[in-house]
Order: sequence, then structure tokens, then C-alpha cells
Amino acid sequence: MDLSVSLGPLRLKNPLIAASGCFGYGVEYADLVDLSTLGAVAVKGLFLEPREGHPPPRIVETPSGMLNAIGLQGIGVRRFVAEMMPDLRRLGATVIVNICGSTRDEYVELARILSDVEGVAALELNISCPNIKEGGIQFGCSLTGTHGVVSAVRKATALPVIPKLTPNVTDVAAFARAAEEAGADAVSLVNTFLAMAIDVETRRPKLSNVMGGLSGPAIRPIAVRMVYECFQSTRLPIVGMGGIASAADALEFAIAGATAVQVGTANFVDPLIWTKLRAGIEDYLGRHGLTRWMDVVGTLDTAGR
Amino acid sequence: MDVEAVVRSNTRLSDDYNVVALDAPAVAERARPGQFVMIKPARGTDPLLRRPFSIFEVVTGSDGRPAGLTLLNKRVGVGTTLLYEVEPGRRVACLGPLGRPFTLVDPPAEAWMVAGGVGLAPFATLAAALRARGVRAALFYGGRRNADLFFTDRFARLGVDLTLATEDGSRGRRGLVTAPLAEALAARPAAPPLALYACGPTPMMREVARLAAAHGRRAEVSLEQVMGCGLGGCYSCVVRIRRGGGTPHFVRSCVEGPVFDAGDIVWEELAP
Repeated sequence: MDLSVSLGPLRLKNPLIAASGCFGYGVEYADLVDLSTLGAVAVKGLFLEPREGHPPPRIVETPSGMLNAIGLQGIGVRRFVAEMMPDLRRLGATVIVNICGSTRDEYVELARILSDVEGVAALELNISCPNIKEGGIQFGCSLTGTHGVVSAVRKATALPVIPKLTPNVTDVAAFARAAEEAGADAVSLVNTFLAMAIDVETRRPKLSNVMGGLSGPAIRPIAVRMVYECFQSTRLPIVGMGGIASAADALEFAIAGATAVQVGTANFVDPLIWTKLRAGIEDYLGRHGLTRWMDVVGTLDTAGR
Repeated sequence: MDVEAVVRSNTRLSDDYNVVALDAPAVAERARPGQFVMIKPARGTDPLLRRPFSIFEVVTGSDGRPAGLTLLNKRVGVGTTLLYEVEPGRRVACLGPLGRPFTLVDPPAEAWMVAGGVGLAPFATLAAALRARGVRAALFYGGRRNADLFFTDRFARLGVDLTLATEDGSRGRRGLVTAPLAEALAARPAAPPLALYACGPTPMMREVARLAAAHGRRAEVSLEQVMGCGLGGCYSCVVRIRRGGGTPHFVRSCVEGPVFDAGDIVWEELAP
């Protein structure tokens, strides 16, 4: 079976990518998962400088999902390059670095730093984290902001550039088009849905940050719809995500138009999910007389609907 | 190590507490006192996430080798209620052993364990390990009422000196277990060295930390934070610590804990 995919110039051995924020820096999982067997690892979002993140409680469970407001705790890009990249290279991981800035210049600086680092395969631009006030989503919720940051990073790096889009907009496809016009190589979507949960006994928000991002199977139908809208509206390869927890879920995104998929929350529940996903996809292809993952991508049949 | 462990037995101790035995030799043989496992008590997506549990006991098989482990469970929410009700023969996903274990001492040092309620969970394996090293051990164990105190005979059989306390006075001292602990610490000579280990409600552990510092004793606490993955991937379970007068910073309790030096915790920020 040929599961390989191309996201513009980025070629992956398979379409299964560990979602940023749900897989640490990848090295945390190296004892359990052979990172070289994943299509790629999208590492936890990095700013230039280290960040403390929000106080706990940072997560709360909701029906078939969870809210998080981690606040992008992280070690900063320089420590990442010095302390994590050697292990990721040794482990044979295909590394997509998720970058986040408070200003356009910060994204550009991050892109410049990472362009010179051996083993970095692509940049995912986090312009969609709902949990921090000072950056990221202020670009992702404005068409001109999205265009501006993507085109600035595009000029600064030869690495593949993949903006990660927020679902917290009325017309996500317009943002995919803005990214395409600005020179992105692919788009990834969706980040989490801004949400909140309240303890009715105490009338207190369940998260310290009051609001957080909803992920998990609860969001999957909305995410599939958004991937489908983008697929109809742009020619960019799409990296789809949102509640994928089985091979069938991954295939649903593929049929809607996703060239690759990311798995996030399900990895918390089952860190060994990757081999099951791959086996399930190969079984599906076999049952349908297909030999390539790409034979499935964008094949939704809407005849008569 | 993630295994689909068969539930060997489910022993209900009261309306709230039970002990679940799991067949999980590969996890059991690696387990060290203070470590935990991440359990998915039922299939499906509600609840979605696993729950962390201290490894209560390591069960040996007829060949004397580790064959499984038990979990001391108190039902408080959806996940723990499912585990309270789990039927023998069912399979539950069991990931572990995880986390930083307790630091074991050697004679002539002595060890005092301080447990509140379900915070007894990490001390059965610790008591066994201390006994194997010939360390003299004591357990200060508190609960709301007599019906919430379990397995005291087992600790007594391991040669552990027991001091019990209940808030309603139905067994042992009336009040919090930290009161007899404070008296015992004050009465104890400086030598031999003494290590304290605590697990229970945050106010109890905070008081143990204060008493240990006041008496110049080292204390380790086992914290129970809300966890997403147990593997260091999600950054949910953070605790603010301050080491050696440095800047306070968040660390993940799943990989840098759940056992911490009590003196490192920024207690004012820990949720009650």
C-alpha cells in the first residue's frame, strides 16, 4: 500500500501526523512510539522565548471531548533546537515545528532561526490558539492578518509553510484562500473551538483561564464540514484534524478533502493509536480495491444530494 | 507499557471505596512505590480521558513473580464510578508504570508515612519496599470516620507502627492526623534520620510539609493533579515548584512527579 502524501514540497511517508500541543515535543513518546513511523510530528507550539502558560486547572472533560487552556507553556525555540532537535533527528522523526508569535516580526524571526536547523521539515503557523490574548489568533481571525503573517514568513523561509486555521470564524474557506494567495504550501485545520464549562455548584469557571479550546470527537462533524468547505474553495493541500480517533475517522477527513490528517486528543487516550490507524487504513484500501491513500482523498460522492 | 488488563476482582470496601485487581504482569514487574497507571475504565468517549491511579499493591502469582496490581479507588466522579462498578472479567486499558517514585531510605533512617483518605493508595507498596530494606516504618492514617479506614491489619502485619485519627472520633484520635504527627515529631530525638512521605488532601500535605521543614526533616508528597495523558504530552497536570531559591515555574506532575520534595512545592498555588 502506498500511504505517502505530498503537502506542496513536503513529502511524508504516510498521512498520519501527531497534532501540535498533543504530543509534547515528540521525545516524550519515544519509549512507546517509533517516531520514524509517523508521517510527521507537529511539536508543541513555540514562541521565541520560554512561556509559563496558564495556572491549573488547564483541562476539563466535556461530553466526548475536552477543553484545554494550557496557554502555550513552552521552552522557547532556542532551547527546543538545542535540547530536542538532536533527539528528534536521532529518532528519525519528520518534524513540523509549530510556531507562534505576538507580532508578525516574531513569526519571521522564528522562521529564520528554524530555516537553518537540520531536520526541520516544515513550519506550521499557529495563528489560531484561542487561549492567549496577545498573539496568534489575532492574525487568524482577520483575513488581512492571515495574509500578512503568511506572506511575511513565506519571504523569510524556504521551508514549507502551513498556517493552522481557527474554526472560530464565519467562513473558514476565505482564510484558506487568503493563505493560498499569501504563498502557503498547505493549510491545517481545525484548531480548537473556543468554549467554556461552569461548575454550577460554585458558579466558577472550570478552567483557570475561564475559556478554553474544545477538542475531541465532539467537534469532528464540524471539522469535517470545514475541511470540505476549504477543499472546494482552494487548491492547497489540506491537513485535516478534529476528533480523529479511528481509521474511519481519518478516512472521513480524507474523503472530505484532507491530504493528511493530524491526531491530537485521541493520542492522550491511546498513545499507541498510530499502528491501529495505519492498519485500519490499509484494511480499508484493500477492501475497496485501492492501493494508494491518495485514491481516497477528495472523493466525496454527492450525486443526487 | 499499555496493556488491556483483565479485571481479576473488584472488592467493594464500602459505598465509596473499592479495590480493583488487574492482571498486568508487565506493568507490575516494573512498578516502583509511588508510581501510577493511567486507566481507561470503559470504552467509548464519555468519559473520554484516562484517569491516573496510584499502584496500590503488586500481586504476585503462584511462581512468586509479579502477576498484577491493585488500585484503591474512591468514587467521586464519572470515571471512578465506572471503576467502582467494573465487573470481573472486563478489560481495562492500563498504561504504566509512570512517574517519579518515592525515594527509599536505608537503615538506620526511619520512615513515617502520612495518609489521608484514599491517599493511603501509594503506601502499601512503599511499606513493603521499606520492610524489605529493613527500614523501621510508621503510618499516620486519617479519615472522616472509622468506616473510611482500610487495610490497617495489612500495615500492622508489615511491622508498621500505626497511628489512626478520624474527624468524628470513631476510631483513633479525634481530629486530623496531622495533630498526632506534630506531637510525634516534637517528641522525637534528632537521630536517627527520619524521612516523611505524605499523600492525601492538599491541606494535609501542606501541613506535613510545614511540620517537616520546622523539624528539619525531608518530606516527599505524592500529588494528584488533573491529568490528560500521563506521559508529558499535554501539559495539563502542572504544579508550580521552586527549587533552591530559584524562580517558581510549572512542571508536569506526570513526569517530574507525582512524587515531589515537599519543600519545592509552591503550596499557596496548589488547588485545595
